[in-house]
Amino acid sequence: MAPILKVEDINVYYGSIHAVKGVSFEVNEGEIVTLIGANGAGKSTTLNTISGLLHSKTGSITFMDEHLSRFPCHKIVSKGLAMVPEGRRIFLQMTVQENLEMGAFTQGKAGIDADLDHVFSLFPRLEERRRQVAGTLSGGEQQMLAMGRALMSHPKLLMLDEPSMGLAPILVEQIFEIIQELHKAGTTILLVEQNAQAALSVADRGYVLETGRIVTSGTGHELLESPAIKKAYLGG
Amino acid sequence: MTFLNFLISGISLGSIYAIIALGYTMVYGIAKMLNFAHGDVIMVGAYICFYAVSRFSLPPLAGVVLAMLVCTVLGMLVERLAYKPLRAAPSLAVLITAIGVSYFLQNTALLLWSSNPKVFPSVVGNGKIEMFGGQLTISHVTIVTIAACVIIMLALTWFTGNTRMGKAMRACSEDKGAAQLMGINVNATISMTFAIGSGLAAIAGVLLCSAYPTLVPTTGSMPGIKAFTAAVFGGIGSIPGALLGGLLLGVIEIFAKAYISTQLSDAVVFAVLIVVLLVKPAGLLGKQIHEKV
Ligand SMILES: Nc1ncnc2c1ncn2[C@@H]1O[C@H](COP(=O)(O)OP(=O)(O)O)[C@@H](O)[C@H]1O
Ligand SMILES: [Mg+2]
Repeated sequence: MAPILKVEDINVYYGSIHAVKGVSFEVNEGEIVTLIGANGAGKSTTLNTISGLLHSKTGSITFMDEHLSRFPCHKIVSKGLAMVPEGRRIFLQMTVQENLEMGAFTQGKAGIDADLDHVFSLFPRLEERRRQVAGTLSGGEQQMLAMGRALMSHPKLLMLDEPSMGLAPILVEQIFEIIQELHKAGTTILLVEQNAQAALSVADRGYVLETGRIVTSGTGHELLESPAIKKAYLGG
Repeated sequence: MTFLNFLISGISLGSIYAIIALGYTMVYGIAKMLNFAHGDVIMVGAYICFYAVSRFSLPPLAGVVLAMLVCTVLGMLVERLAYKPLRAAPSLAVLITAIGVSYFLQNTALLLWSSNPKVFPSVVGNGKIEMFGGQLTISHVTIVTIAACVIIMLALTWFTGNTRMGKAMRACSEDKGAAQLMGINVNATISMTFAIGSGLAAIAGVLLCSAYPTLVPTTGSMPGIKAFTAAVFGGIGSIPGALLGGLLLGVIEIFAKAYISTQLSDAVVFAVLIVVLLVKPAGLLGKQIHEKV
């Protein structure tokens, strides 16, 4: 198991706010790795830095043996790295199908129909609403669309930022089932969650972020059983 | 019959406003900035066409194409040199820069072409069609202007709905970060938007000066402000909004001139704008989107 993604000593600032402080971790091919931590710990900042929306002052990010900092943000997705951002950020004025096509922006036209079919088999609800404007979808459907859109680029590594945020428990369960399904099909996953219980139970490994620093790491099982983690993130 | 004459001149003037308003609205939609120099690009386009046709005796169509090329390059250059370095700056700084660019273009025009008014030769001649025994007259310029507006609107609607670049523009106008995550080059898309808007400004400049033939370095500023108003009126960021806003503004302006007072026509136009914005703050076709949880 070689690391597909290696993050080494990144420091990210918003002006004078030091949001991510010397974070290092890696994701091995075929794993589900989770970053957990309280609101404001720096999870989204970390993901946004990996995907090129933000930049680190130090260190390096290596994805499949390439240094990502050499590339502008819009070149990252064609390397096989896709992100489902926090708050979904689908294109609300476009239709479901147009959103999915935007996800395939860097792909040739040839495979699009097969890719759409693949996404629709994972999310049948999206197929029923394919001509509907995305802004009219429910929250859960929007999350499915955001995930489907990311999958259209055939990612080797899929990064998900709080996919369960604001969803009813039944939908959360459904989203986690899909994550496991994608994992079984060979996609490596980096999952950011506040819902630590759910995230750790599907993850091979996890890292705990606190105010911009990684304070603990271990296998999903170890973290679930750790008394300190239980106390801080799993409600006792 | 005079009513019909006024209506047609209103639609014709409104078509020019609509073409200019497209430039404002597209740039606003994608770069989220008001390019106040847009009106002056119109003036540059008109001068280029004027010199090409009157001094170098090029055929009018070649003059228009040349004006479009020059304005396209000018628009991209202005974006690259003046606005791109301010991508992360507060919007007030960008606005002030845009006003600066506007003065820069006007003064450069003054230096190059002097303040002496040029009499612009109509690119489609001065012919007209008379109907109902001369009661209704429609000039060729009017017909070409309205036709140009319709063609441009249809072409742009098709472009944004069906082409890769057009869809990239729509994505950028909604969420630049998400667009980059899709692999869209946002800088290239913004540059393309300025190119299209400025190319259209050249067409508007030629049509404007064909209908109102006095060309001076400040020719673009009043139509620029009116077209900006039209864009806000219709809902800034919306392409059909630019059309609707432009046409309404043109018709209201001509009717106000005809039936109320020539001096007060602009006041009437802006009063209508204020009323519309009070009732519909996002403009007639502007969308207010609410996020879902
Ligand atoms: N756009 C921003 N401007 C300034 N500070 C920010 C911005 N986004 C996040 N922060 C700050 O950076 C820290 C980390 O935020 P974030 O990465 O969003 O945390 P998380 O995703 O773990 O909730 C927080 O202290 C937050 O207030
Ligand atoms: Mg977050």
